Amino acid sequence: MTNMNLAVAAALNVTTPTTQSASTSKIVAKDLNFYYNGYHALKSINMQIPEKKVTAIIGPSGCGKSTLLRIFNRIYSIYPKLEAKGEVLLDGENILDPRFPLNRLRSKVGMVFQKPVPFPMSIYDNIAYGIKHYEKLSRADMDVRVEEALRQAALWDEAKDKLKGSALGLSGGQQQRLCIARAVALKPEVILFDEPTSALDPIATGKIEQLVEELKTQFTITIVTHNMQQAARCSDFTAFMYLGELIEFGQTETMFTRPTKQQTEDYITGRFG
Amino acid sequence: MNTARSDHALSDRLYLRRRAMNYVALALAAAATAFGLFWLVWILWTTLSNGIAALKPALFYEMTPPPGADGGLANAFFGSTVMSVIAIALGTPIGVLAGTFLAEYARRKLLGEVIRFVNDILLSAPSIVLGLFVYALVVRPTGHFSGWAGAITLAFIVLPVVVRTTDEMLQLVPSQMREAALSLGIPQWKVTVQVLYRSALPGILTGVLLALARITGETAPLLFTALNNQFWSVDMAKPMASVPVVVFQYAMSPFDSWHALAWAGAFVVTLFVLATSLVARAVLARNKVSHD
Amino acid sequence: MNSPHIGHEHISKSYDVELSRLIDEIVRMGRIAAEQLASASDAMSLRDSELAARVIERDHSIDALEQEVSHDVLRLLALRQPIARDLREILTALRTASDIERIGDYAANMAKRSIALNQSAPLPPAAALPQLATVAGSLLSEVLVAYRQRDAVLAKQVWERDEELDRLYTATFRELLTYMMEDPRSITSCTHLLFMAKNLERVGDHATNIAENVYFLVHGEPLSGERRKGDTTSSVVSPNS
Repeated sequence: MTNMNLAVAAALNVTTPTTQSASTSKIVAKDLNFYYNGYHALKSINMQIPEKKVTAIIGPSGCGKSTLLRIFNRIYSIYPKLEAKGEVLLDGENILDPRFPLNRLRSKVGMVFQKPVPFPMSIYDNIAYGIKHYEKLSRADMDVRVEEALRQAALWDEAKDKLKGSALGLSGGQQQRLCIARAVALKPEVILFDEPTSALDPIATGKIEQLVEELKTQFTITIVTHNMQQAARCSDFTAFMYLGELIEFGQTETMFTRPTKQQTEDYITGRFG
Repeated sequence: MNTARSDHALSDRLYLRRRAMNYVALALAAAATAFGLFWLVWILWTTLSNGIAALKPALFYEMTPPPGADGGLANAFFGSTVMSVIAIALGTPIGVLAGTFLAEYARRKLLGEVIRFVNDILLSAPSIVLGLFVYALVVRPTGHFSGWAGAITLAFIVLPVVVRTTDEMLQLVPSQMREAALSLGIPQWKVTVQVLYRSALPGILTGVLLALARITGETAPLLFTALNNQFWSVDMAKPMASVPVVVFQYAMSPFDSWHALAWAGAFVVTLFVLATSLVARAVLARNKVSHD
Repeated sequence: MNSPHIGHEHISKSYDVELSRLIDEIVRMGRIAAEQLASASDAMSLRDSELAARVIERDHSIDALEQEVSHDVLRLLALRQPIARDLREILTALRTASDIERIGDYAANMAKRSIALNQSAPLPPAAALPQLATVAGSLLSEVLVAYRQRDAVLAKQVWERDEELDRLYTATFRELLTYMMEDPRSITSCTHLLFMAKNLERVGDHATNIAENVYFLVHGEPLSGERRKGDTTSSVVSPNS
């Protein structure tokens, strides 16, 4: 073997400094099953989302990744005929328990959707709206909070002169960052992203991916994406799902260089179908 | 090579035939449009030319005159305005709340479907039937015709329109906006009032304006609820004049001066309905936002 | 509408960090290799076996860096999907690391042989080698500067100067052959010297490889033209032909 091949082989066997057991788990799904209208959509999911890291969930259409994400903040409960069985622990407490207060869950777990949906209000009000529901702040304090949220979403420079203007006047990428600012303003612990950039152009997508990198120092982030290159670029851990089952979960670098399951490799190399 | 040429010829012929058909269809559509517009313009022209004699400022501040004399339609305009405003004030809140219930809480349930069905029946019910209903409900027990009865009848006409519009406009709000507000932890009712209404407001407003346009011209139900009043009256408990009813009365009379007033009234009503519809359209168009 | 800023940084800052780290590893490797070459040459001309032993020991650090580079390249290719300039950057880094690692091996090999040489008396032909080492060393240093500064013009100059080193090597080859024929007792030592000279010539070839990589990195096209070979030793029949 030439020196080069030896080196590559060695690289593939190298263990990176942070192994999964070292980071604590923020969300743990235990034997999670999900049914809609009787159809068994998620089958016995056991997954641990590590704290303050970015976890991406990838898989073909219909594999259940969005369904799984929407269980983490129980947003599915507004629709009829949807049922979840099993446990989902957030910091050790089961959020599927009907006694777990919904609005406490939603203040800890924020969500950003695929289509940017700013409220039909000014930029300022969009962000203040959620805060007002939880806290009584003076005008000056609210201004500070709004600015902080906009800075965290890398939108402050572009929006600071039009805070009173309608949010609908922003471009698609800016609107999505506004939605992120809105979620971040409530100081949650977890932020869920459901295909956040599929409606955006490449530059706007790049900016949001950079934003996710900055946000992960403060929040636990879970992204569902159908673009696996996005998962490769910005996540620390990746979960691959297929037909409602979790096929493989591991460090992103491992998943994309030597996945352990054949199905995973087939999917990411495009041998699927 | 022969086949290539004949293929060409074949596709050329097809193309020409399609172009010819296109022109024919375009011509027919234009003719149909012209036909429709023609009648509209003729109606407006007829009403204007016939009512021009009475179309003067006095129309708006003089009372309905005795037979043969000159006057105005002031009390009729007042009556129509008051009854319409009250009808809107009664019908809109109930309609919006009912529409909200349908869209937010009963969207795919059986109860929702039943309510929608009944609402559609009410929507297309003949207005004279509604008038008769209010006659039995209000006029008979109170013993006399009144402005209130007229207003209530008109409210029954406004109600299903607003219910339908509110229901549809709220359903048009993307579900993700709902979910986005809920995932902030805001309770359902606050989401509805503070976010969804704001989003659907242009549409709901349009519905209300269209309902207004509709009740402006309603005559039959007012005939036996508000009846008519020759004199100025601000008492809702007494019979009240309204423009359509006055038009009905004056048009059938043998007096020329009354005819002129009828035409003038008809013209004003038509213009008002036209203007309201245009405003409704403008409101809806102005609030269509495009995302890039 | 704000026009997007088109600068030299990626929108993803971590991508820039990873690329810088890769380039930095190459630069470090190159620096160590150049030092190794100079030390090996000194060890030979000063007959310093301790220095030679240190050179041999230090080769491990070049090998370790090469493994790191391979790992980082694999990671970048898998996770960043590099294209255009970024792709050339990463491929160049991979090839250049390989070339520098071979140069390090040659320096270590020279050091080993000089320990063996020091067991016997010094030989006159040995005086030619330091000059070879100097030329090889300067080729390496210059091409490393060209890499660091993305200077294709400098790279091309290095590429052309390899001929000079080759001719020097051919002359040394003949000289050593002559000496061996005159004094058969010196054959062992001369053979060591022969290999060391060959090593230095190979160092020049690898430096030329790096120059070709740098040119490709900057222009996206390979450096055209035949490499001028001044090394005609493969056709030598006798020392004077």
